[in-house]
Amino acid sequence: MNTIEVIKNWTSTKSEVLDLGCGDGEILKTLKDELQINALGVEINQSNINICIQSGVNVIQQNIDDGLGNFSDKSFDTVIMSQTIQVLKNPKQALLEVTRIGNESIVTIPNFGYWTTRLKLLFLGKMPITGSLPKTWHETENIHLCTIKDFEILCKECGIDIKEKKFFSSSGRENLLTNTFPNFFATSAIYKISK
Amino acid sequence: MSNSIGLVEPKKVTLDKGLRLESGKELKKIELIYESYGTLNEDLSNAVLICHALSGNHHAAGIYEDEKRAGWWDALIGPGKAIDTNKFYVVCPNNIGGCHGSTGPTSINQETGEIYGPDFPMITVKDWVKCQSMLSDHLKIKKWHAVVGGSLGGMQALEWSRLFPKRIEKAGVIAAAPKLSAQNIAFNEVARQAILNDPDFEEGRYLSKNKTPKQGLRLARMVGHITYLSEEAMRNKFGRELKEEKLSFGFDAEFEIESYLRHQGDVFSEQFDANTYLLMTKILDYFDPANEHEGDLAAAFNPIEAQILVMSFSTDWRFSPDRSKEIVNALIKAKKKVSYIEVNSPHGHDSFLFADDAYVKGLSSFLES
Repeated sequence: MNTIEVIKNWTSTKSEVLDLGCGDGEILKTLKDELQINALGVEINQSNINICIQSGVNVIQQNIDDGLGNFSDKSFDTVIMSQTIQVLKNPKQALLEVTRIGNESIVTIPNFGYWTTRLKLLFLGKMPITGSLPKTWHETENIHLCTIKDFEILCKECGIDIKEKKFFSSSGRENLLTNTFPNFFATSAIYKISK
Repeated sequence: MSNSIGLVEPKKVTLDKGLRLESGKELKKIELIYESYGTLNEDLSNAVLICHALSGNHHAAGIYEDEKRAGWWDALIGPGKAIDTNKFYVVCPNNIGGCHGSTGPTSINQETGEIYGPDFPMITVKDWVKCQSMLSDHLKIKKWHAVVGGSLGGMQALEWSRLFPKRIEKAGVIAAAPKLSAQNIAFNEVARQAILNDPDFEEGRYLSKNKTPKQGLRLARMVGHITYLSEEAMRNKFGRELKEEKLSFGFDAEFEIESYLRHQGDVFSEQFDANTYLLMTKILDYFDPANEHEGDLAAAFNPIEAQILVMSFSTDWRFSPDRSKEIVNALIKAKKKVSYIEVNSPHGHDSFLFADDAYVKGLSSFLES
């Protein structure tokens, strides 16, 4: 399974779904079309917002770093935060907010513990540039990268339950290696969490 | 302009049914003047209603034969524009209480045979929306594809979605607020005082005495105009530029901004009716849909079925983005279908009249999705 298939599996039909950092609304559009969910996205980028609106995805222009106080406790069945947490100023706060707003939450992260990143840092002595992290250290939006291990430690610290998790290789799919040694062989991870 | 709708002509309709107003009074016979652009499609599903703001009217787009100046929302309405007349049948009425052809304070009261003047009943946003629904009946439009408006017009679009949830597919609520702040009401009150204290106001019966309270209207408009522009827009447009090379050490219009405001006031006082202005500012002051629900805006939004787009402008301090967010957050709380865009624009409250790229794209995406 890939990310979107996992998200579909973890989302109930006709449920209320909030996607924080929804980008062009691709995930929400898929969930809307296939599971008839009530979708709402939060996004900061204007051209992404226009694409959302064009494809019929409701979207609020809002900076997640400015807070999410306008969403009340447990007001959504599922809150998604996909490939977003690493660009935020305060990932811990965001994680707490995600689990406050959603009954369940789905979070995906890029894994900085992936073996090629480790080797690049070890042998080249430079911040790694890879397929999933393609920009230089000073150009990247990713200001809070973590490893799978780091993320799970943070969840524990915050009292957040990890209900399910899956790990993907650079091809975007699970395999034996990613499942056996995720922090070394997975480029990204997806978690179903709640608090 | 190449993509203008071109020459337009207003139409007039008489609504004999009458309207019981929120104040309890009744308007027995209503005349509405309106314009329409584009073509209504066969299944009557492409009609867009435009609601005008405080000093607006039915002339939203295109030009009249004897006048060069285009309608007030010509930047947004026309072929290929944000509200695309190649796709939509666009209707814009002058609201009751107005002074451009619809029944209002300058009309003859059928019961007395006299000009209404100050006796014209107080109107509310709700009354306007009900009256617009009567126009919809007349035009045989069962459901608007969208109702769109800026400022006070946005409040009407919002009210439409509450009062007639089955008759509206989408609402474009632009540069609006869920109710006026004390500061907003304060500015309106200064405008009213300017009019009421003009010696030519004659307790509102100036027309029958062949007078007009021009000074009052002029001042009211000047105060209003300051609130429509941002500090940045004023600085960029006028700065401290002088009309002449040096200071004259007098009270004539020396700075460009002074002469601009005076000009705006002069033009307006020639064209607008003082009683209508008083009425319009009160309509704004009274608007507060949450009031019927003990201040709970989300509860007031409960009946809404329409898809709603709320838009605000970064430099608008009259109805700032925070005021739009109040609407958005209440709609989220009420679990309604809402999108929100905050457009970066330098023009203050007036931004809704300018075809800023992000604004045009956001609005057209919404209307055409």
